[in-house]
Amino acid sequence: MTTRQRQVGLPAWIFVPAALGAALVLLPLVGMVSRVEWGSFVELVTSDSALTALSLSLRTSLVATLLCVLLGVPMALVLARTSFRGQGLVRSLVLLPLVLPPVVGGIALLYTFGRRGLLGGELDALGIQIAFSTAAVVLAQTFVSLPFLVVSLEGALRSAGDRYEEVAASLGARPTTVFRRVTLPLVLPGLVSGAVLSFARALGEFGATITFAGSLEGTTRTLPLFIYNLRVVDPDAAVAMSLVLVVVAVLVIAFARPGRSTW
Amino acid sequence: MTLELTARVVERDVDVALDVADGETVAVLGPNGAGKSTLLAVAAGLLRPDTGRVVLDGVELTGPDVWVAPHARRIALLAQDPLLFPHLSALENVAFGPRSRGTHRRTARAQARTWLEDVGVAELADRRPGQLSGGQAQRVAVARALAADPRVLLLDEPMAALDVAVRPAMRQTLRRVLADRTVVLVTHDVLDALLLADRVVVVDGGRVVEAGPTTEVLTRPRSPFTARIAGLNMVRGTWRDGAVGGPDGIAVKGLTSEPAPVTGDPVVAVFRPSAVSVFREPPGGSPRNIISTTVTDLEPFGDQVRVRAAPTGGQSLAADVTTLAAAELDLAPGLRVVFSIKATEVSIYRT
Repeated sequence: MTTRQRQVGLPAWIFVPAALGAALVLLPLVGMVSRVEWGSFVELVTSDSALTALSLSLRTSLVATLLCVLLGVPMALVLARTSFRGQGLVRSLVLLPLVLPPVVGGIALLYTFGRRGLLGGELDALGIQIAFSTAAVVLAQTFVSLPFLVVSLEGALRSAGDRYEEVAASLGARPTTVFRRVTLPLVLPGLVSGAVLSFARALGEFGATITFAGSLEGTTRTLPLFIYNLRVVDPDAAVAMSLVLVVVAVLVIAFARPGRSTW
Repeated sequence: MTLELTARVVERDVDVALDVADGETVAVLGPNGAGKSTLLAVAAGLLRPDTGRVVLDGVELTGPDVWVAPHARRIALLAQDPLLFPHLSALENVAFGPRSRGTHRRTARAQARTWLEDVGVAELADRRPGQLSGGQAQRVAVARALAADPRVLLLDEPMAALDVAVRPAMRQTLRRVLADRTVVLVTHDVLDALLLADRVVVVDGGRVVEAGPTTEVLTRPRSPFTARIAGLNMVRGTWRDGAVGGPDGIAVKGLTSEPAPVTGDPVVAVFRPSAVSVFREPPGGSPRNIISTTVTDLEPFGDQVRVRAAPTGGQSLAADVTTLAAAELDLAPGLRVVFSIKATEVSIYRT
């Protein structure tokens, strides 16, 4: 690998705020790692309740990611490949969960799918209760992660352009064939990184989950909720589990940005 | 397959009509932005005109109440860029059309191999598009378009993106595979029109300005664009006193053809750059046309020098002189000179 020396340098002072910013991100991690009780680490992260929370987190996040792909791919296609009145508004609203405080999202979900919510009566009549169940965890995670997938996939679709699709159609491919054999393979990297980002967001989801799904061990207490509960009663365990989440997050970043890493 | 197309696209200020007979190749010539690609997009079903029709073999594909989707038209489009699907091998790219129409995978591959052979790149079947040169990729793209068994083939400047060095071979290949097919070829290269097309249609400013058999249009251009790409000088004006009265008081005499123009007719005088002699002072005596002008540019042209002159009344003229003559005249941009053309070298006809 060759390193190109820039001819036009940066002003020297710019490295000071840059370093400060990097420190702001990295120093808390160092602080946390310095608090890890390595002697009991393995024991702490493999306790029954920890493993239960970890497994619940992984399962719900995977299902949420799957839902994001199933719903987000069509959404991104409609946003990137069609134009209709009010499309800009729809796009902004779809991206709302990105900027909405998750707690607010949780309240919104509660008053939609909860027992006394907008659809609560209908769901109740069907014998379905979503709030405070594992399904609520998945729903909350999907709600907050969907925009990540839609945004990255819509970007990938726009930069891929529709010229390949036009050629495919002129060669006799039906819209479904074009989607399956041309569009999807072309944007696969964007789809993968979008799905990984969605997974990461789902894994870290806290506010909407605790509001809409509560914190019942084994049912809705995901890893972030578990850590939040532990932080007072068993700080060592909380720190150990946090480190597990950090490692997962680092792996996710490494995976979501293939080819861009320079190490 | 006969193709009839009329289209008006207000947004792009295009209003054109085009007919292509069965087995005929029609070249659509025109400057950039003239509306050539719009015409192809309408034919392919990628653009819906504000008004207009596309009729193939008597069946309406685009019409006021009719819309046949692009994939159902069997009209293949080959663009300037090969646009090979980057995730598929050359072979799978060519097999894409047959497979989309339901041909079995193995049969489609066998067909693809035949088409790759036909355009001379059989050995590249397993390569990814990223591993192909521009010329190779465009050959694969030609094979892919043909493999789709289109009823009409639309080519949008298929050689514009290729190295000059590989164009002649590509042109020969196209000439062979396009024979007997119904083809619309958009180009701005006069050589493409001469070698590949039976007929040309010249589009300028969103309108068809000329149409006819290739050699006739190119030897008797009626629009400045056509004259320029045919490498001919053109003076446009009105017929008066037995000459083409151009702007700035220019009068060009020459040989008129039937039907003979009458006073007031719009006419053009057309002559080759090699028919123009260049002088510092007006020559006396001979029955020549004289145009005073200013040299703007000199460029090598074969073993001669092409002298370009400032536009006279909007018409830029060129003269070909020997290198020796250019040196003796001490030609340089900005120099006032006299272009002289024998009347017998000038064709005059009505537009």
